[in-house]
Amino acid sequence: MTERENILGRIREALKEKVHIPGRHGQVATSTATSIPRQWLPKVGETFDEQLALFARNTAELKADFQLFNSAEEIRQAIIRLRDAEGWRRVAGHSGDLTNAICPALSLPLLRTDRAYDVHELEACDVGIGECDALIAQTGTVLVTNRSAGGRALSVLPPHHVALARRDQLVADLPAAFDLLNRKYADNYPSMISFITGPSRTGDIERILVLGAHGPKKLTIFCL
Amino acid sequence: MTFVAKFLKDARVMAGDLRHRKIIRAALGNYEIARDQRKASFQSWESARQLAAETKWDALNHLDKYLVEFTAKIEARGTKVHWASTAAQARTIILQIVEEKKARSIIKSKAMTAEEIHLNDALEHAGLNVVENDLGEFIVQLRHEAPYHIVFPSMHLTRGEISELFQRELGSAPTNDPEELTMIARRALRKKFLTADIGITGANFAIAETGMISITENEGNARLTAALPKTMISLLGIEKILPKLGDLALFLPMLATAGTGQQLTCYNTMYGGPRQPGESDGPEEWHIVLLDNHRTELLADAEQRDALHCIRCGACLNVCPIFRNVGGHTYGTTYSGPIGSVITPHLRGLQDWKHLSNASSLCGACTEACPVKIDLHHHLLQNRRNAAVKKPTLKGQLGFKAFVQLANHPKVWAFAKKIARITQPLQKLVEGTPFDPAKSWTQTRNLPPLAKESFKDWWRNRK
Repeated sequence: MTERENILGRIREALKEKVHIPGRHGQVATSTATSIPRQWLPKVGETFDEQLALFARNTAELKADFQLFNSAEEIRQAIIRLRDAEGWRRVAGHSGDLTNAICPALSLPLLRTDRAYDVHELEACDVGIGECDALIAQTGTVLVTNRSAGGRALSVLPPHHVALARRDQLVADLPAAFDLLNRKYADNYPSMISFITGPSRTGDIERILVLGAHGPKKLTIFCL
Repeated sequence: MTFVAKFLKDARVMAGDLRHRKIIRAALGNYEIARDQRKASFQSWESARQLAAETKWDALNHLDKYLVEFTAKIEARGTKVHWASTAAQARTIILQIVEEKKARSIIKSKAMTAEEIHLNDALEHAGLNVVENDLGEFIVQLRHEAPYHIVFPSMHLTRGEISELFQRELGSAPTNDPEELTMIARRALRKKFLTADIGITGANFAIAETGMISITENEGNARLTAALPKTMISLLGIEKILPKLGDLALFLPMLATAGTGQQLTCYNTMYGGPRQPGESDGPEEWHIVLLDNHRTELLADAEQRDALHCIRCGACLNVCPIFRNVGGHTYGTTYSGPIGSVITPHLRGLQDWKHLSNASSLCGACTEACPVKIDLHHHLLQNRRNAAVKKPTLKGQLGFKAFVQLANHPKVWAFAKKIARITQPLQKLVEGTPFDPAKSWTQTRNLPPLAKESFKDWWRNRK
């Protein structure tokens, strides 16, 4: 017998004895969850404006920089200001509708991470600019996948992560984000899906918050 | 020294260590405030707990079905799944992969399951260089110590101690600034990330429906571990299963709330395979090691099966008066605090570890804190009962026999009361000496004097 069969065999043997569902004594029937997560999670307003305001509040608390723009041109101006303020010399990104509209304005060489690249070159970049799959109002989260946001490392290796998004990518809450993933990718999921909630952080030294533990120290979210 | 003797000795020292107490109080005080704020933001934290418990119940009570589903899905995407009944098998599997890859340097993101099987020792013994990349784990690894806490590994250390450690081990300049200390570690570990041959991770959840694992972290170290090395190995206990991807909508915020008092931790990442065709980075090979190591025995214990619901948030440690007084290392186990006291007897033997179930005030704070409603303090009582039933002590047996005789014979009972009232003052004369019959009590507590008159006597004699 293989270990797989051994382990599954022990599990089946163990499960012959039924136990009651927690909090519902006396019931040993098959599981029926009595509710759905959305009923209990933190409340999110119904209108777009409420959700946008909540997203802005959450990102501010997380020390991420969230800004809204009315045109691609405004974002281009903003990202140029960011380039000059931080003295970017090397930029990494990927091909996409938003990134293609924004990144050329930087007039810097762009390391593309949506095709084979050298990780040392990415490490030497000052910023990683990528798109995302959704913004989640409830938690201030940027949802990325390696398919939509330039691979696994772009959003975590450089010291600054700039996420580009559109207003219509804002979803209310976590259940809505998982629904979106289900709809968008069905049975062909990207191999990495990441919920990014603020810049990288640690509290491992005396529980004092420090940003930029291993991932980016700064997270900027530019929303069109 | 037996495990119990060592526990009692260390507990005595730590309980009187005011410095330790101050550090832990400061760290957990801030946690409590944040956690309570987060709980309050839920529409109903109690109902969320109920749903989480029901979901985990479903997962564990159909574990065979979900494990088969999980492995079928994840294997279909090119992941190699290994099954290990024991810790030794898991170590062998991982060592074989490392050997096959001719790997020299390994980076590892925080995984309590790896602590459980003493993976680092095995890898180092084989001459390999393995570096922990979670900051807290990195610090305790440099100190050649086990993690102090399952979520906050270096909670027991001050910045001064960490600075001295970094000066000695990394040759860095002294500093008192947590940010500067974090940057020293970041720089030291960056090089390791870029050059490592293999990345090892744990997992917080395994999703049956889609064949994914989910990793929760704040630093980005697990993200890098799963992005840069050519080979990735993930070690997880078989109980990590959740039925559906959408279940994470509940579990991710609950884990963050209970674990660290965050709404959501910084990175919650789902991995569904090694690098797929058309993807630009990520490991070429991904191995998943599913570990039993006595979990199926716990599953077979219907009374305590729910202990496998544990999502390792550490909430029960944080609220436990025993943990807060004796500290994490005193337990001498991988999993400390109430959940450690419950499951360690199952993982490592009841008779050797039953004392942990006695180190409890049975206040129930752990049960109340648990986001998946594990009946922790009752399980501690069950462990005590099981230990006594399986291996009764002579002292306990004789004591209870005598008590039964006393309690069943009112006249004897009345006589014993009289004797006790007369002799109790004599006990004062020998209190604390080896002749003190109540020594195990009077060592740490006052012996209250018996009332001058019992209630029954008072009732009988009342006017």
